[in-house]
Amino acid sequence: MSDKTFQEINAKIKSGKAVVVTAEELIQLVAEKGVSRTAKEVDVVTTGTFAPMCSSGAYFNFGHSAPRIKFNRVWLNGVPAYAGLAAVDAFLGATALPEEDPLNKNHPGEFRYGGGHVIEDFAAGKQIRLKAAGYGTDCYPRREIETVVSINDLNEAVLFNPRNAYQNYACAVNTGAKTLYTYMGVLRPHIGNAHYSTSAQISPLLKDPYFRTIGIGTRIFLGGGIGYVAWNGTQHFPGIPSLPEEAPRVPSGGTLAVIGDLKQMSPKWLRGTSMLGYGATLSVGIGVPIPLLNEEVCYYASRTDAELYAPVVDYAEAYPNRRPGNLGFVSYAELKSGRIKIEGKEVPTAPLSSYTRAREICVILKQWISEGKFLLGEPVWLLPGPDAGIAPKTLEIRGPERRNG
Amino acid sequence: MAPSKVVLRFPAAIADKPIIFHLVKDYDLMINILKANINPHKEGTMVLDVTGEKAVEGLEFLRRQGVVVQPLTEEIVRNEEQCTHCGACTAICPSGALYMERPSMLVRFDSESCVVCQLCVRACPVRAMEVRI
Repeated sequence: MSDKTFQEINAKIKSGKAVVVTAEELIQLVAEKGVSRTAKEVDVVTTGTFAPMCSSGAYFNFGHSAPRIKFNRVWLNGVPAYAGLAAVDAFLGATALPEEDPLNKNHPGEFRYGGGHVIEDFAAGKQIRLKAAGYGTDCYPRREIETVVSINDLNEAVLFNPRNAYQNYACAVNTGAKTLYTYMGVLRPHIGNAHYSTSAQISPLLKDPYFRTIGIGTRIFLGGGIGYVAWNGTQHFPGIPSLPEEAPRVPSGGTLAVIGDLKQMSPKWLRGTSMLGYGATLSVGIGVPIPLLNEEVCYYASRTDAELYAPVVDYAEAYPNRRPGNLGFVSYAELKSGRIKIEGKEVPTAPLSSYTRAREICVILKQWISEGKFLLGEPVWLLPGPDAGIAPKTLEIRGPERRNG
Repeated sequence: MAPSKVVLRFPAAIADKPIIFHLVKDYDLMINILKANINPHKEGTMVLDVTGEKAVEGLEFLRRQGVVVQPLTEEIVRNEEQCTHCGACTAICPSGALYMERPSMLVRFDSESCVVCQLCVRACPVRAMEVRI
């Protein structure tokens, strides 16, 4: 069978003839009809994920006051944003915290309100307190401003997340003797529980592990609105490492940088999130359509939880000290069953990623495409895949290099 | 007069010791165990109905043994609008009141099984679990 093209599929979407299914439906279809037939019959499969994604944020242009001010420091509902841009531009990160937050002084800290919560409040149309300090210039004489803004008062409000939609992630456990409070949730001592965070068999990048269809310009569901893949995400490590024979080959973790108009988005799909003892963040809903260009794309998109694995990583010793290695692999089918075995011990599991919300995104995106109001964005450049040979770099502690000669 | 219904939390170190027995034997109390989740070497929880003249002394005895004693005057409720059904609460809930329903992967809350330990209130990433007095 010859490959389908993005243009052919978009023409079918426009004429209302495209066959669009969710990732769960595709799994069912391939089980019934096989890969070849399904690849011919189905044009697009929709994927989704909804989970905390720390490398998220938004930039804003607030418009100019009279007299004008050049922000040197800026706070939104008390949460500091980055003002090192033009006069009234600022970038707010999802994990930013108010200076008066007690942090982990009374461990574990609660981190009830941070950048992610401000972004949710903006998306909800709520009024946000804007406070900024300037130092006064001839062209920007004002030195301070305190006012109230809501999203429609702003020239631009753009969600721009440098790293979202992790392809695969560790299953976190705690081999130590005391409870750990991590970005992977509360981990009970002596491997008392195991937390994972992915929608697995319906998660975007696990469904296109070789990046055959996803790249710059891919149009996506982002926070309830329409967004785009802007670049690969930070820490984009799409390699599928060779492992000992008995271990399953699993993608280590490609990522996406995504962008979209925050004014279109909804607080249902952008939720301020507080990880006890860790910090504030933002839960983001993302859906990526995968065109079934050929049988290979269809095969990978139809893999099930039983064929996808997570490494089990110890967050007491190995993770914080950046020690390599893991405690083995578990399939997402086992993780989703609620119990896994680690070193002979039965351990209860829990996700941090909402499968029901991810499934809802698949359904919404399917509907958008079926109704002809969402066309596929053909990437101008596919993201680097496993063959690109990208190896993680680490941060080493050293003094300045001596110059030779 | 001590409140008749109390929530007891047993640290892992004492979870396998005979303690409740002393309430009956030494303090002449009538006890009714409403809920219990006790496992060797793990933190345990119990909701107890205690009546008798020496109830205050009995509860004081429990505290001396390292048991955390709180009156059962609070209940936990879930804000359905806030909950995203992520599941982060389900493996830390000691009584199994919060659990994933399979295969729907919806988080269910069975308030009958809740022992009001309040772990979920702080662990819920979107603050969907609330204490109601």
